[in-house]
Amino acid sequence: MAKDQGIGASTKRREDLRFITGKGQYTDDINRPGQLYCYFLRSDQAHGTIASLDTAAAAGAPGVKAVFTAADLAAVGGVPCGWQVTDRNGEPMKEPKHPILAEGKVRHVGDPIVAIVAESLEAARDAAELVDLSIEELPAVIDMKSALAGGALVHDDVPGNLCFDWEFVAENKGAVDEAIANAAHVTKLELVNNRLVANPMEPRAAIGEYDAARDEHTLFTTSQNPHVIRLLMGAFVLSIPEHKLRVVAPDVGGGFGSKIYHYAEEAFVTWAAKAIGRPVKWTADRSEAFVTDAQGRDHVTTIELALDADHNFTALRCHTLSNMGAYLSTFAPCIPTWLHGTLLAGNYRTPVIYTNVQAVFTNTVPVDAYRGAGRPEATYQLERVIDKAARELGVDPAELRRKNFIAPDQFPYQTPVAVQYDTGDYAATLDKALALSDSVNFPARKAESAARGKLRGLGIASYIEACGIAPSSLVGALGARAGLYEAATVRVNPTGSISVFTGSHSHGQGHETTFAQVVADMLGCDESAVDIVHGDTSKVPFGMGTYGSRSLAVGGSAIVKSVEKIVAKAKKIAAHLLEASETDIAFENGQFTVAGTDRSLAWGDVCLAAYVPHKYPIETLEPGLEETSFYDPANFTYPAGAYVAEVEVDPETGVIEVANFVAADDFGNVVNPMIVEGQVHGGLAQGIGQAMMESAVYDAEGQLRSASYMDYAMPRASDLPMFTVDHSCNTPCTHNPLGVKGCGEAGAIGSPPALVNAVIDALSAHGVTHIDMPLSPRRVWEAIQAARPMAAE
Amino acid sequence: MPRVSMVVNGAEVSGDVEGRTLLVQFLREGLGLTGTHVGCDTSQCGACVVHVDGKSVKACTVFALAAEGAQVTTIEGMAAPDGTLSVLQAAFREHHGLQCGFCTPGMIMSAADLLQHNADPSEAEVREWLDGNFCRCTGYHNIVKAILAAAAEMRGASVAAE
Repeated sequence: MAKDQGIGASTKRREDLRFITGKGQYTDDINRPGQLYCYFLRSDQAHGTIASLDTAAAAGAPGVKAVFTAADLAAVGGVPCGWQVTDRNGEPMKEPKHPILAEGKVRHVGDPIVAIVAESLEAARDAAELVDLSIEELPAVIDMKSALAGGALVHDDVPGNLCFDWEFVAENKGAVDEAIANAAHVTKLELVNNRLVANPMEPRAAIGEYDAARDEHTLFTTSQNPHVIRLLMGAFVLSIPEHKLRVVAPDVGGGFGSKIYHYAEEAFVTWAAKAIGRPVKWTADRSEAFVTDAQGRDHVTTIELALDADHNFTALRCHTLSNMGAYLSTFAPCIPTWLHGTLLAGNYRTPVIYTNVQAVFTNTVPVDAYRGAGRPEATYQLERVIDKAARELGVDPAELRRKNFIAPDQFPYQTPVAVQYDTGDYAATLDKALALSDSVNFPARKAESAARGKLRGLGIASYIEACGIAPSSLVGALGARAGLYEAATVRVNPTGSISVFTGSHSHGQGHETTFAQVVADMLGCDESAVDIVHGDTSKVPFGMGTYGSRSLAVGGSAIVKSVEKIVAKAKKIAAHLLEASETDIAFENGQFTVAGTDRSLAWGDVCLAAYVPHKYPIETLEPGLEETSFYDPANFTYPAGAYVAEVEVDPETGVIEVANFVAADDFGNVVNPMIVEGQVHGGLAQGIGQAMMESAVYDAEGQLRSASYMDYAMPRASDLPMFTVDHSCNTPCTHNPLGVKGCGEAGAIGSPPALVNAVIDALSAHGVTHIDMPLSPRRVWEAIQAARPMAAE
Repeated sequence: MPRVSMVVNGAEVSGDVEGRTLLVQFLREGLGLTGTHVGCDTSQCGACVVHVDGKSVKACTVFALAAEGAQVTTIEGMAAPDGTLSVLQAAFREHHGLQCGFCTPGMIMSAADLLQHNADPSEAEVREWLDGNFCRCTGYHNIVKAILAAAAEMRGASVAAE
């Protein structure tokens, strides 16, 4: 029977009540007394020098309070990068300055040059028209291969536009080269992982405020990690100590990675609020978001898979060009390296792996983590090359995978790419996904499609990802300039209700509901007695926020640790009140009992005693019932699964219909199945969007051609099917207290290769072996024409 | 500045606006009804959908002055005065039809219009109708489920009332 509350229950979300009634409070919904509005005049050129800039007319325009350029921000630092990668020559990566406002040069369309602060947004916009700006155009560096080949430099101090040249695992290079040279079969594939725009529905916004009497700054911002913003902005940009800077991330309308990073605009409004003495608000419009939110993916990869005569994988080698854009965004360097190279073993026993990644500066919007971040890129190339190998060898792609899966009895499994998987059962999810997709009857459906002149294909992909990146000592060794623990304070109030203060941040994930389920389960109380507080640095302990599917595995574990401390202390209090030995006290269903007796105390009695310590072991125990924990995981978690896509392609038009999509995931234990399934649905939509529709397209001049919802093809309701999702093949994580693995990114990781494999399967009779994403009708149609020019006759 | 008057969620309101002021700006900034959201600038995303004289419109594409004298309903006006949720609102919660909540008001307002003129839409009709509403969180799966469930419940209620 399904539980009606606690861990395992599909509790309806408490946060919904405000969102379905229009009572949510997103950053742009907040207005502060005396607030001014900021508008950024941005570069319309991808690359150029600022030849002349005169803001006098704008400054004198009606309603304008102040106009700022880089010259006004001389004392302000640049936007910092939070991860340092070491080049294979031993040198640190090139880390050029990322100024708040452009200093002499613009490096991408959207680079901010002038900030205009006025009584209304309209006045600020109107004044921007009066700025006399002349940009002397420089040749734009857009394509990564040409960027490395010489010519114009995005940053004068970065030769060849090369940020770093990284290899992993260096000592395996010889063994990999040898295995490939001696292989019975080598499958090689060149592919593009298309650049995407995250596109959370809420555009970024920020309000800076300064209280001169208290010398206190407040920033309201659309962030996934307010404490990280406070640290980066306070310490590296504006030199404001933490106790004088409060960062609030209220309701946030989706992030998908793009709201992790510290952005110039939030630093500017914080600075300007003090400079002017009034609150300053900035809200991106969508056009601005397209050219300023960090974008995702953008890898160009060559991958080679070696197999022996029995079809065992013997080695994997890949070379990737990774686009950094014009500046290093907060976590950009770790995406193509440590979040990508360490996942190249996938679900397989490949003994040796070598990858080389060159990160390149171009005159495009900075690129950083987007849902999955490095892991989708690793999974895509691996699952595509395996599928191509199966086709070349004439074997069933599912069988080739099964043959090479790490077996359930091999865990913990040390991969050749540093990470150690704790648990998993990859064949179980593949079997489940194939069963749910009714794959045995696929030939009949294919024949039925063929009778209608359509091409039907079935594609599979297995995936593994690494979530809850940790431990801090490891990520520090890999270049992280931050720890990756999470913090939680659990405060039991005098009458027994519970307030939880978490460093995790919810921007759609439903933490207010799931975290309360966990606490209620542990304390035997009603979920409604538990309040979850997040998103305000003045309230919650220093924590790292939400990304990388880390919130339940890391943030949830911190909560569990704090609740365990609470229970341990409460037992001491109960023992005193019941005049029993502490070791005889049991706590169950919200009751403290003395073993072997009928004596008991209710939860509320003990809580009250903690705060009204009249009868209390005051000499050995402090009053109060509040505990804080910082949980630093021992290892990553490794969600895994298998996805099966079934598509029908119209060879006349190249249009793909997703006929069926099945996801079978192993997320370990599941706290709220309803929410987990919703996370998978959303991830699938983004992954299928990447595979079929979405692409950030720059022209040779560096103009983003897909810079609005008229041009950037986000999936609409009619583009997607109902999904079949399953999470019954669970192998609980072995090293966190909840046994959970994380579910936020899986859908976006496993679905692109499954979808593309399905389309290639459909087109294989036409001789098509690969099409780069997005598989737009035009690309599909052209591939059919190119592969078999006569087939369309 | 010209003055505009309209009825919003049953209350007569008026305010001074510029000619270029959009209905969504008047609602959000003039009236403080921030449940109606702005998610794009090309009239594509549908986060700003409200009802004007009973029909769903994108409030980012209507000048405030064009709504002079109109009956406007926003997400804040969808629940009963005592707070009882509308069938659609309740269905969105019941079926987990929202995650970050930003697109939700527009989705509910758009779906409410659909169900006014099509009490029994097919899944395909629901998906087609939502062409002007983006959601980036849910993959639409549970939104479609919620709307179909609400339609069924409303039909059931109307059958019961007969």
